[in-house]
Amino acid sequence: MSRAQVTMIRRFSTPVILFGIMLAIALISELRNDVVFERVVTVMFINLLLTVALQVFQGNSGLGTFGQYAFVTIGAYSSIWFSLTQKQKRTALPDMPRDWWLYEQHLGFIPSILVAGAITTVVGAVVGVAFVRLRGASFTIATFAFLIVINRVALQWTQLTKGATTVFGVPKYTEIWDALVWASLGVLVAYLFKESPLGLKLRASREDEDAAESLGVNSALVRWFAWTLSVFLSAVAGALWAHFIQNFSPHNFYIKETFLIVAMLIIGGSGSVSGAVLGAIAVAMSQEGLRQVENWVNIQRGRGTWVETVVPFQLVGFTEIIIACAIIIVLILRPSGLTGGREIAWPRVKPVTSLARPSDDSGAGA
Amino acid sequence: MDTVLRQKRERNGVSFINDLLQYGVSSLSLGGLYALMALGLVIVYGILRLVNFAYGELVMVGGYGLLIFGETPLPWIICAVLSILAALFAGVLMERVAFRPVRNTSPTTLLITSFAVSNLLQNIALLTVSPRPRAPRLPEFFVKSLTVGDLRIKLADLIALTVSILALVVLTVFLRRTIIGLALRAAADDFTMTRLVGVKANMVIASAFAVSGFMAGIVAIFWIGRTGQTYPSVGLQPVLIAFIASVVGGMSSLKGAVLGGYVLGFLTMGLQTWLPQGVNNYRDAVLFGIVIVVLLFRPDGLIKPAYSREAR
Repeated sequence: MSRAQVTMIRRFSTPVILFGIMLAIALISELRNDVVFERVVTVMFINLLLTVALQVFQGNSGLGTFGQYAFVTIGAYSSIWFSLTQKQKRTALPDMPRDWWLYEQHLGFIPSILVAGAITTVVGAVVGVAFVRLRGASFTIATFAFLIVINRVALQWTQLTKGATTVFGVPKYTEIWDALVWASLGVLVAYLFKESPLGLKLRASREDEDAAESLGVNSALVRWFAWTLSVFLSAVAGALWAHFIQNFSPHNFYIKETFLIVAMLIIGGSGSVSGAVLGAIAVAMSQEGLRQVENWVNIQRGRGTWVETVVPFQLVGFTEIIIACAIIIVLILRPSGLTGGREIAWPRVKPVTSLARPSDDSGAGA
Repeated sequence: MDTVLRQKRERNGVSFINDLLQYGVSSLSLGGLYALMALGLVIVYGILRLVNFAYGELVMVGGYGLLIFGETPLPWIICAVLSILAALFAGVLMERVAFRPVRNTSPTTLLITSFAVSNLLQNIALLTVSPRPRAPRLPEFFVKSLTVGDLRIKLADLIALTVSILALVVLTVFLRRTIIGLALRAAADDFTMTRLVGVKANMVIASAFAVSGFMAGIVAIFWIGRTGQTYPSVGLQPVLIAFIASVVGGMSSLKGAVLGGYVLGFLTMGLQTWLPQGVNNYRDAVLFGIVIVVLLFRPDGLIKPAYSREAR
């Protein structure tokens, strides 16, 4: 095989390998036929989509955002405005006025998701125009402020969200295979974007903005495009989650949830789509494992066995502690994540180190 | 009839002045508290370019200090001092364990680290103490009010006002009259240059975190004195307030942080007093909207730094 052919195969192999891993997990879940495990895997796929969405922006631009869940909120709520029938709206969103145009709308599930994605994308695109002017910590703080703004609005605007009260009775649409398909689409889109000329320009401006601009890259524009794409994917994930979990309130879209997705991306390695996927899987699986340990310990304590003397308190938040420690350790020891910002690819070739450092893959830190 | 009207008008006038005085005192005391919160955040930001999310957890450490020391028979004032020291120690420890190893990476990495530290400390409190709010022992003066004529002022407000001004004075003296203070100010202006003239980076940063923890400790006492309870996420509100105040006042200037704190104090009390309830529910949304607008149009805040240093 010529060198060009190897490069070609390697390039196509990455999404194929990632799909393979995700499919394998879905199949294992199907074979185990365990309802709880299936729920865990479904949520994992939705979180995987969110992590990939975050990677599209954060990984390629190098700017940290804590505002993703603002768009998940909008995506989740706007999808139920369309997917619910009038009758369902009377119980789920009792404060929505009957004479609103929105009240009469009813669409199928997939159109609802797409409409929700479109609405959120418009919001994201508009605020994005302003946000892409910011850099570094200012950017992160502004996105965080935006998360809080949207959260408070969602808590108060009862006509659209039922306020702080939980919305009940959203029909269940998202099953494990739907989540898998959407997550796979997300992975594909993210990978294509990263490898596209636009993605390359964005990564160039991440490494050195002035140099990239001098070569004719409009970094604000490419950043804005990545932001908008990331918003769309986040909104879709929000809509999927809403139709999986069925009962939710604005409290489900806040700092704790943001932290989980950021952890998944950072632990996996934000520089690559593989990092996002593997990070999401690794964190979700260890979370589930730790939760089982936590439960086991608490049950043993309840029975008053020897465990009680070793662990003198009820285990709450143990999982979060381990994940927080993991993220700190990863940032200290391996700042570009477990994958080191590289894509997994086949066939394996040794990285060329003789000429230049492959700066393409060195997605530093965030 | 006429005299009745005039009397009524006079009484209205008096009550208006009373309202204004009351508003002034509570705004000043709240603003002082906010100024301390913002200062604790800005003193670290000025040197490290780190927006420390985990600052709120230093407040939490102070709060739990109050709870734990409060269960001993020690006099309350000693408990308060011990809690402030606990917060100070936690600040220094946090720097040593989590931030020193990632100090030379990007601001985004630092931010994410602080996010993780914040989460870690909250969950440790959840695990080891209790997820439920607990009420620490507080002295009587936190609930007492002072009545002067028609004026009723909470004693706690007066004390917060005094202590915050005192803390600001102490900090100013510390920054202006001591060697460490001088090093801190120099480092905030130009860290590289400061290191070149022989100031130890580790020492400066550790003392910045110590000051930050000290501020958080004082804030903790009055913040928890206001609500009477401490819980794992008790630091969230203070850290959010500190964000707003320091962004509005200017992230890179200590004066800006103080000014931002007082502005925010007056604004919060003002909105609370005069805004109709329906709109008031959106208060936080409006405040954080202001943060975004300030970041966009006046990224340096109200007070610009003395001279612009290398942009990062």
